[in-house]
Amino acid sequence: MDFYFDAKIWASDTVCAALRPVSPTLFATSCGRFIDGFFVSIELLVIATLIGFPLAIGLALARTSRSSILSALSYSYSYVFRGTPLLVQLWIFYYGFGALGASGLGLLWPLFRDAYSVGLIVLTINTSAYSAEIIRGGIVNVPNGQLEAAVASGMSWWTTMRRIVLPQALRIAWPAYSNEVLLLLKGSALVSTITVLDLMGQTRTIFARSYSLDIFVYAVILYLILSGGLTVLLRWIEMRMRLPGY
Amino acid sequence: MTGALGLLSFGDGGWGDELLRGTLVTLQLAVCALALGLSLGLLLSAMKLSKHRLPRYIGDLYIAFIRATPEFLILLLFYFGIERAVQAVLVAVGLDVAFEMPRFLAAVIGLAAIFSAYAAEVFRGAYMAVPNGQIEAAIACGMSDWQTFNRVRLPQMWRFAIPGLGNLWMVLLKDTSLAAVIAVDDLLRQAKIGSESTRAPLTFYLAAGAIYLVLTGVSDLARNGLERRARRGMAGV
Repeated sequence: MDFYFDAKIWASDTVCAALRPVSPTLFATSCGRFIDGFFVSIELLVIATLIGFPLAIGLALARTSRSSILSALSYSYSYVFRGTPLLVQLWIFYYGFGALGASGLGLLWPLFRDAYSVGLIVLTINTSAYSAEIIRGGIVNVPNGQLEAAVASGMSWWTTMRRIVLPQALRIAWPAYSNEVLLLLKGSALVSTITVLDLMGQTRTIFARSYSLDIFVYAVILYLILSGGLTVLLRWIEMRMRLPGY
Repeated sequence: MTGALGLLSFGDGGWGDELLRGTLVTLQLAVCALALGLSLGLLLSAMKLSKHRLPRYIGDLYIAFIRATPEFLILLLFYFGIERAVQAVLVAVGLDVAFEMPRFLAAVIGLAAIFSAYAAEVFRGAYMAVPNGQIEAAIACGMSDWQTFNRVRLPQMWRFAIPGLGNLWMVLLKDTSLAAVIAVDDLLRQAKIGSESTRAPLTFYLAAGAIYLVLTGVSDLARNGLERRARRGMAGV
């Protein structure tokens, strides 16, 4: 972890020093904060995606399973978290549950005390609900013959899913999933309303001090870089996954 | 739990009527942004389909900007941006008055700006989904370009556009909650005010969440109905 923090500081110093000759004074004085927020936004996105993706696969499998209880549970989860605004979810978890305090939350209190971890939890829950629907769409679209062939070969349900259905379903779902990751990046800006200093949070802090609209323009540029890089990365994964003949 | 129900009751002691009023503001926001967003979206899709390069580039640039920028940032940009721009114009004209951007209007414009970029893509898809034979037949009947568009293409575009627009409406409805951050008195802000004066945030935010869930649930049913209607008489679907 220390290595990571050192790397962050090094990157911030290097980038800001490199940009100094060409950057306007306002950006030069707030560069460190911008880069700091930039990293926090990336962290939130990466961790929420890495936990949310497997969670979504589990939810999608539950949804398409023959057990009506599992299916109903997974459906309700998606319905609730897709049917309410992310902002409301953040405020329920941070201000709502947070108000219950140590006595009300017990062992969960350390998680809910810290805005960063609440933001992370809510973003993970939110993206898993949307992604589950997308992956379910992929699973449903795998041709039935594939499933029948797997069953005829004597594969168990889990083996069928792991070897036959999921590899195809994820390839079908990937473009839509990429879109969801991009939406998550944009949604992550809302954690600034629960005091997390991500890119948006830093932007608002700097704006509150300088009251200059240029700050928003810099933030837009940084978000463009983030989403542009993300798009390239997701497209690259899509290409890597592509199978000959598909 | 009687405490929670008391807080949410109607009348002087409870916050039920405030939340209801907030819900109405939320719906007003969504409907106004929808109307403005649909018009801007049609205009934007016309630019994207233009024969000339310049409007196409501008359209592409705008859509790329909206798609890559957080909704929250766009809303703040429009809120403060328009305020500054109007103020600058007032100063240029020689009027020495402080201009304050109406927050509801700022939220509507911001939400419509977001909606229009996505709607433009939906309209463009719908435009191209209308079979070419229909257009040829219209021209063969001697219709002008405008008549062809207005009488043949536009009415048929809706049925292709409705599923996409239905999704965008759901997104819009949820995005209206952002208006609370610039202090528009919508549902979420009423819940915030209530929770701050009673110190019962969980009750208020859960109540707000439940109301949003009802709004999106009803929208979902309405969307299914509209989609069925739009598919009437289509072969093979």
